[in-house]
Amino acid sequence: MANFIVTRILQSAAVMFFVALICFCLFRYVGDPIVNMVGQETTIEDMEALRQSLGLDKPVLVQFAHFIAGALQGEFGISYRLQRPVSELIAERLPATLELVFVSAIIALTLGISGGLLTGIKRNAWYSRLVLALSLVGVSLPTFVVGILLIYLFAVTLNWLPSFGRGQVVDIGWWSTGLLTVSGWKAIILPAVTLALYQTTLILRIVRAEMLEVRRTDFIKFAWARGLAPRSVYFNHALRNTLIPVITVTGLQIGSLIAFSIITETVFQWPGMGSLFIHAVQFADVPVMAAYLVLVALFFVLINLIVDLLYFAVDPRLRMSAGH
Amino acid sequence: MRCLKKSLLLSAVCIILSGGVAGHAQAENTLRFSNKGDAPTFDPHALNTQDTLMATIQVYDGLVMRNPEMEIVPGLAVSWTNIDPNTWEFRLRENVRFHDGSDFDADDVIFSINRALSETSQMQGYLNSIETVKKVDDHTVRLITKGPNPILLDQLVNVFMMDKEWSEEHGVERPQNFKDQEETFAVRNANGTGAFKLESREPDIETVYVRNPDWWGSETYDHNIDRVVWRPISNLATRVAALLSNEVDLVIDPPLQDLARIDNYPELNVLSTSQIRTIFLGLDVGRDELRNSSVTGENPFQDVRVREAIYRAINIIAIREKIMRGLSMPAGMLIEPPINGYNADWDNNRLEYDPERAAELLQEAGYPDGFTVRLDCPNDRYINDEAICQAVVGMLGRIGIQVNLNSQPKSKHFPLITGRDTDFYMLGWGIPTMDSGFIFDYLFHSDGSWNASGYGTPQLNAKIEKIRSVIDKEERDLLIAEIWEQIVAEMPYIPLHHQMVTWAASSDLNIPVEPNNMPRFYWANFN
Amino acid sequence: MLMKPETEVGSHRHLLTSVRRVLDSDVAHSFFASPATVLAALVTLLFVFMAVFAPVLTSYTPFNPSTLDLMDSFIPPVWDANGDPSHLLGTDDQGRDVLAAIMYGTRISLIVGLCSVLLSLLIGVPLGIVSGYFGGWIDSVVMRIADIQLTIPPILIALMIDGVTRTVLAGNLHETAAIPVLILSIGIASWPQYARVVRSGTLVERNKDYIAAAHMAQSPPYRIMIGHILPNVIGPTLVIATIGVAVAIIIEATLSFLGVGVPPTSPSLGTLIRIGNDYVFSGEWWISLFPCLALVMLVLAVNLIGDWLRDTFNPKLR
Repeated sequence: MANFIVTRILQSAAVMFFVALICFCLFRYVGDPIVNMVGQETTIEDMEALRQSLGLDKPVLVQFAHFIAGALQGEFGISYRLQRPVSELIAERLPATLELVFVSAIIALTLGISGGLLTGIKRNAWYSRLVLALSLVGVSLPTFVVGILLIYLFAVTLNWLPSFGRGQVVDIGWWSTGLLTVSGWKAIILPAVTLALYQTTLILRIVRAEMLEVRRTDFIKFAWARGLAPRSVYFNHALRNTLIPVITVTGLQIGSLIAFSIITETVFQWPGMGSLFIHAVQFADVPVMAAYLVLVALFFVLINLIVDLLYFAVDPRLRMSAGH
Repeated sequence: MRCLKKSLLLSAVCIILSGGVAGHAQAENTLRFSNKGDAPTFDPHALNTQDTLMATIQVYDGLVMRNPEMEIVPGLAVSWTNIDPNTWEFRLRENVRFHDGSDFDADDVIFSINRALSETSQMQGYLNSIETVKKVDDHTVRLITKGPNPILLDQLVNVFMMDKEWSEEHGVERPQNFKDQEETFAVRNANGTGAFKLESREPDIETVYVRNPDWWGSETYDHNIDRVVWRPISNLATRVAALLSNEVDLVIDPPLQDLARIDNYPELNVLSTSQIRTIFLGLDVGRDELRNSSVTGENPFQDVRVREAIYRAINIIAIREKIMRGLSMPAGMLIEPPINGYNADWDNNRLEYDPERAAELLQEAGYPDGFTVRLDCPNDRYINDEAICQAVVGMLGRIGIQVNLNSQPKSKHFPLITGRDTDFYMLGWGIPTMDSGFIFDYLFHSDGSWNASGYGTPQLNAKIEKIRSVIDKEERDLLIAEIWEQIVAEMPYIPLHHQMVTWAASSDLNIPVEPNNMPRFYWANFN
Repeated sequence: MLMKPETEVGSHRHLLTSVRRVLDSDVAHSFFASPATVLAALVTLLFVFMAVFAPVLTSYTPFNPSTLDLMDSFIPPVWDANGDPSHLLGTDDQGRDVLAAIMYGTRISLIVGLCSVLLSLLIGVPLGIVSGYFGGWIDSVVMRIADIQLTIPPILIALMIDGVTRTVLAGNLHETAAIPVLILSIGIASWPQYARVVRSGTLVERNKDYIAAAHMAQSPPYRIMIGHILPNVIGPTLVIATIGVAVAIIIEATLSFLGVGVPPTSPSLGTLIRIGNDYVFSGEWWISLFPCLALVMLVLAVNLIGDWLRDTFNPKLR
């Protein structure tokens, strides 16, 4: 048991090291950060001096060692573009992204599960077919197109919702939230719906498939045989069994939501980590890019690790195979 | 636990309420401003880029400044005289206070100029003619230059005055230092004498300015802007959407294709003027062989006929009509009207678009079947830069020159130019000093740091160096004209067009359009 | 030596069974019973036809800039009062015929979609078979990498790989190499799902009698894997691969939208949409709308076919 956990944690650490190495190599060579830091009317000598003082002229291995040492302490240096500690920037942007991801996940779960139940229970009704067809369209529409369409419809044409930003935010300690003001809620609707669309269709299809499967199982047949009301059969028995895989998938999809928020945040000028990252890519802001990728990888690895350990706790067969 | 939650919630509600009440109590005029990207820093001497200047000029003042007509007018100095060619005496404005309440005097000027001259400053280029700064009395200073400097006042426009005491108190006596990857107090805070105080700043998200009621210039520039909220929007379509849905009042970089629609909105206006920036193509005429070309053993660009062929193959009218939507001025020179040295005869007599003649010229030069070459182009720097390059590729293709387009972000494009590693490239140049000498130094002197054309002769270099110190205006202007005559004839750079500044603004906002694309919020007024 | 012809026959037999299974009358029946699938197949065929025969179907050469005239730009579709009969769906900002650009763009999107899935299969299938067959440390290494990679969205991985290759390739090489780079990025980003399916299939097959027989006959492992296991596990993999093509096309479009995909001189559908996006508000809607419709129709059709395949051949796969 302890052996298994230690192995998993070591493996995760190895993965993180690997990701850090990739991040470092990847962005060590993207663009020329120096050019972004100085004006167009600067001499080449000044640029060289700057390159030296930033350590960009040292051997790559030395630079990498510095990078790892810093990363372990949560230090990724100073953003070339914003001239501020990267850790501070990320901490500032984290709430916006997490709130967006949270609201999207709620939307995706609510719509996905109810849609899945509907199409799973009434599998041949016309509205079930319609919902399924719409869900396919949802998978086939690129996120950026959806975002622009929503802006065009709800911001420009109808003038109901804002086209960009987070609205008014309220600071609670270091966490800034947009969920306590009307303008904040108005602002989050369009980006959250855009981001949730793909996950909604995914969850919908999983719930539907699980429902169809569970309906065939013996204990549901038994429940029917006992003469239970359909409501009770569906919601107390079938749904409960459906939810386990849904929760697993949702957990893993949180990572996807964070990554896909890059596109959503770009379209809606949402001041989160994704837009920080894309700005960083455009300006070859190495420290920010490296920190973002390491952080996102850390999220993924942690979620994976937790899921692994949960499986381990639940599934006795795994425990056996880890024993020998 | 529950109590804690409740109190947090309560305080949050209070914050909302108080925010709401404050917003309604005074009928404030808030200018909601947006553009593509934020300024990197608020330290007025740390970076010499246009976005930093635009951000800081609202908060800080210089000794002299420009009015909406681009003329030099008194700023923190009320008058100035030349005691001798190397000595300038400035009489400072009295009773001027910084935003924190402290007085502005000669010590602050000396401090600020020395700060801008220090090693970590990027403003040295404007001040490298200065030997020393001396205090005469509390409101008089003398600048001693190393030699006669005819454009000192033009250079001083961009050098802003900081408070000595405030800087010392917050440890920002030197400009923020990129070399130590420094974050200083002055990066996100500002204490100037200017029209607006910096109220809050979240980089990339929101910067808020509030009116400085005690500004010395309030009488000259009578504005009614109480707050400016600057929120950059990087996505082009979203920026337009925000404008069309009345979420912003002023955008300084609306896409040209949307101007017609914006102008059709009764609540929006399009404002434009010619910009101080010319877009051109550079050709490497220095090397004996190009890096990426089918021609080996010789450099086709060294033949002036090939350069003329390329010039004549470009249909600048089509580019103006279709890509720039009429908002550009086809150029025959690399500078535009307010710049000293401009000559309308040359600028208006751009070589005619004539593909047949261009093909003939190529034939005469010995390339009847053309050749291949690579064009390096930025895709995030100038107005529609990539689209222009694409069009140029097609136009040159029709006379037989097969161009491979290499378009990339400015962070990858500019090193090719400063590293002199390009055969054929697009570049744009603006002139903060309003004088031709600036562009000669950078683009025509063989040692010019942005001269990737390899163009330049010892005679030309000597003339350019001479211009730096000739004080007699007539003699100097003659030299400038001589150089331009040579350049227009030899075409080491092929001029495309002068950019236009186009802003989109709420129709109830009056604001003069500025040729450097820097809105001054203290020139603005809401109806 | 004597065993050789027999194993070959064996492998053919497995392949034949698979083919026969596909052509089974039940399958054909289920295909024609689903009008949506028939329609999707027709749409897909139409797009493939358009992509393959683009040079025959249109006289325009949208990828050759010297044939474009800037003065022809922004012509609206033919039914508009200002339309031009020679440009059915109008022209874009550089004077490209939108219909021709869609044909050539579909070609690039399909090439990227198909080739990247092929690459994923080439990586994922062998790794899946090997790790399922041998188990042990090979299995745990491969599956651990796959697990981690599966949870990181392909779009992020593709962004990273694209970034690396861009910096490694100097100058404008990355423009000419843009399509191979995209294929590489998307292909590498999505191999794990195939590896997983193949591995679980291999685990099942490994314990069957015929494999044991092959073992007894001392067939070398590679021959068992290629000759016996592969034909039996490839079916479900190809079903997922169909949906994979649709996903790859979307990823390509998204990368191109973010500006790291195909260059605008030889645009894919995604690049066309990105270019057109700048003209959404200015009234030149056709530049983005038609490529967008084409992309959605193509992806929808491929998804529908994938769905049908999945439901028909392997209802347990999700």
